[in-house]
Amino acid sequence: MREYDVIVVGAGGAGLRAAIAAQEAGADVAMVTKLHPVRSHTGAAEGGINAALREGDDWHDHAYDTMKGSDYLGDAPAVEALTRESPKETIQLENWGMAFSRDEDGVVSQRPFGGLSFPRTTYAGAETGHHMLHTMYEQVVKRGIEVYDEWYVTRLAVTDEDEPEERDCHGVVAYDIKRGEIEGFRARDGVILATGGLGQVYDHTTNAIANTGDGVAMAYRAGVPIEDMEMIQFHPTTLPSTGVLISEGVRGEGGILYNSEGERFMFEGGYANNDGELASRDVVSRAELSEVNDGRGIEDEYVHLDMRHLGEDRILDRLENILHLAEDFEGVDGLEEPMPVKPGQHYAMGGVETNEWGATCVGGLYAVGECACASVHGANRLGGNALPELAVFGARAGRHAAGDVDDEPKITTGWSADSEEGENVSPVPLGEADLPSAGKGALADGGAASDDTASAVDADGVVESAVQAERTRVHYLLEKEEGVNHAEVRSELQETMTQNVNVFREEGALKDALEDIREARQDYQHVTVKDPSRTYNTDLIHTIETRNLLDVAEAITVGALARDEFRGAHWRKAHQERKDDEWLKHTMLSWNDGSPGLWYKPVVLEGEDKTYEPKVRSY
Amino acid sequence: MSTQTEPPEQTDDEAETMPESEPEPEPPSPGDRRRAEKAEREADREAAEAAEEPDLGDDAVTLKVFRYDPEVEAKAEPRFDTFRVPFEKGMTVLDALIDARDTYDSSLTFRHSCRQAVCGSDALFVNGRQRLGCQTQIADLEGDVVRVEPLPHQDVVKDLVVDMEHFYDQMEAVEPYFQTDETPDDELEEQFQTPENREKIKMSTRCIWCGACMSSCNIAAGDNEYLGPAAINKAYRFAMDEREGENMKQHRMELIEQENGVWRCQTQFSCTNVCPKDIPLTEHIQELKREAVKSNLKFW
Repeated sequence: MREYDVIVVGAGGAGLRAAIAAQEAGADVAMVTKLHPVRSHTGAAEGGINAALREGDDWHDHAYDTMKGSDYLGDAPAVEALTRESPKETIQLENWGMAFSRDEDGVVSQRPFGGLSFPRTTYAGAETGHHMLHTMYEQVVKRGIEVYDEWYVTRLAVTDEDEPEERDCHGVVAYDIKRGEIEGFRARDGVILATGGLGQVYDHTTNAIANTGDGVAMAYRAGVPIEDMEMIQFHPTTLPSTGVLISEGVRGEGGILYNSEGERFMFEGGYANNDGELASRDVVSRAELSEVNDGRGIEDEYVHLDMRHLGEDRILDRLENILHLAEDFEGVDGLEEPMPVKPGQHYAMGGVETNEWGATCVGGLYAVGECACASVHGANRLGGNALPELAVFGARAGRHAAGDVDDEPKITTGWSADSEEGENVSPVPLGEADLPSAGKGALADGGAASDDTASAVDADGVVESAVQAERTRVHYLLEKEEGVNHAEVRSELQETMTQNVNVFREEGALKDALEDIREARQDYQHVTVKDPSRTYNTDLIHTIETRNLLDVAEAITVGALARDEFRGAHWRKAHQERKDDEWLKHTMLSWNDGSPGLWYKPVVLEGEDKTYEPKVRSY
Repeated sequence: MSTQTEPPEQTDDEAETMPESEPEPEPPSPGDRRRAEKAEREADREAAEAAEEPDLGDDAVTLKVFRYDPEVEAKAEPRFDTFRVPFEKGMTVLDALIDARDTYDSSLTFRHSCRQAVCGSDALFVNGRQRLGCQTQIADLEGDVVRVEPLPHQDVVKDLVVDMEHFYDQMEAVEPYFQTDETPDDELEEQFQTPENREKIKMSTRCIWCGACMSSCNIAAGDNEYLGPAAINKAYRFAMDEREGENMKQHRMELIEQENGVWRCQTQFSCTNVCPKDIPLTEHIQELKREAVKSNLKFW
């Protein structure tokens, strides 16, 4: 067993920042990642980092824009932490050498982004995430922080008390992909989940193939509530054939959207009379699909994004990467012709429930970045708010886990007096995908409640028994002779999610999706790994990932079915209005021994010195 | 050669749970219809797979893929496997590999993640050249067969996966992190960098650590000590950054002037030719050589 003070799972932006902060606070830190840090999906972020850096701007305005953008489903204490600390974190990156784009006078440049009242998006060309990821990894190398790359964390070692609020996380179980060995990692002070997105639930996504929601699913099955999972962001400009992202920076610099009739529909169609192309992402995504559905799409599928009028110099200076992406992945020269774009899954606003320090209700367990829900994005994330989220909450969780903070959180986690039970209206039984001969809880789960864990008394014992459970699980998967390939289950799931739980949502389709997910769960019971090798067994890795996708897809759909209103990215055909009386609350889902329970907790609209009153959200 | 998955056995569950009396038939919901269509497609696919040689006509790609797994008897000797996968417009080498793996042989092993040329994990040797699988359109390749091999001059772990440790070690050897003579005291105070200087280092910052350059370099192939183009480019990125200051630049020049540094480069341009991010690697190495000469002259 390997032992550290703090173990960070995942090494994208949030994980790297957390590791640096924990180490600076004196902790002995290890990072465990299924990729190598520089392969993380933060590297694909293009747009920029929102930070109130300049005269005329103020973090209060950034907070207001973010609360409005969230459609009042963001929690003010988290939003204020984000916006107050983002300037410091952004300048910290600059001081670490990040190559931001610069103005003539040598200061870092900023540009306008959707939903912002000030041009406060700091950027590095159209490859801000790449620069940020590499800059932070460089700092990790400089500090000599231990990195276990190509080690896949498959299970959390959490104690087995009945109430999640009484449980403790003592470490993780990880699978060394290169050697095929399973080992325990004991964390003396804390485990920080920073596992990123879950876009592989959909078949048209900007997300990497590795973004399979591992952290969300593991925490969920260990008893930690997951929050607002139905809030999935669809980015309005992705390339139709691959889902590759075309940055909002294109519209920020003045790019224009046209339908097949050559109309600038954001204005002419009345979708956003003031902000046009720079309305927030949910608004633009719906507008594009409405055009396509009304017969004004190109090839019945997409619209055009035109940046030719910006001129070659400006494009090369600020959006060069976009030219390469359009050329490589769609065969289009953005200098000569408009680019085809359509909405694609982009970001999960929901995730593991945390407070504004990244802490969950389970002792010693933290979550930061896209896998977490603090919540700063609510029902709709503003472009340019994901990268500061990584930095701010990564740093906060790192410090907190290392014991450097003793502030009382303002956001409560776990079940409390303010919580209320929800009613689950799924047409099929939920949860449960245990492999038949696997023994209760141990195999398919990766969850807390296994018979072995219950008997473990000390921290080492909890980790050891979790390791045993994972060894049994992997052995079972490798030994099983006949069955289904994970790829079949995965594509079943992705198809139904894209068809039924997309930008536009209807009750019947959501119920269809739940039936299909149930079917996929049943198929998964027969899943088998054909590759017998211990060495670099990607067949096994993808099989375990697929289990995580099942739980995540179900949570998204259950939440979407329950929320019968229209808020942010969540649109319901039969409920086209925001219902503040009923729905100023977070959708919570808890895994109770394999049966997901739905409940709610109120949104925190009270900030430091003001309350954010819900207003009509127009752009 | 395919090791096809048998269809799972039909279970009797549905029959058992059918109520005894027939209920009124309801019109099928859109979901039911879709499921029925899916089952039909599934049946078609299985029928097609059952045929000995699926007839994919002209719209198919022939992949010849390097296979090796020291642990598995049947694969312990390196060999090539052939896969025929249906061709679609816009298909990349990575798409074809994924299709081959998901449809025919789930043990086919390769790295991949972002599939948009930023993560650098799928550098492969395709038709005799280092390329990113995700960035290479099948339609752009010449010939009827796509030949996919692991990056040359690296140890093969399994199939197309190579050991990257040596590459990472060389990157770390150049102190790949920003170091200044002095940074601002105030946490909100930024350093200044002229747009020209940012432009100068821009191309060098694009490196995604894919290892294509290192694999293509004849010198690196024959000399394990040579830092190689990626690491020297990383050194360039910091040495040329005006924010690091003169003292640090001196230190960086000393690092890359060592025996295993820039002087090993024989200007063959193979790294520059294969770089998927178009970084002028050879030029950067040459510029550092010139800088080295200049800084040495100062001492005379």
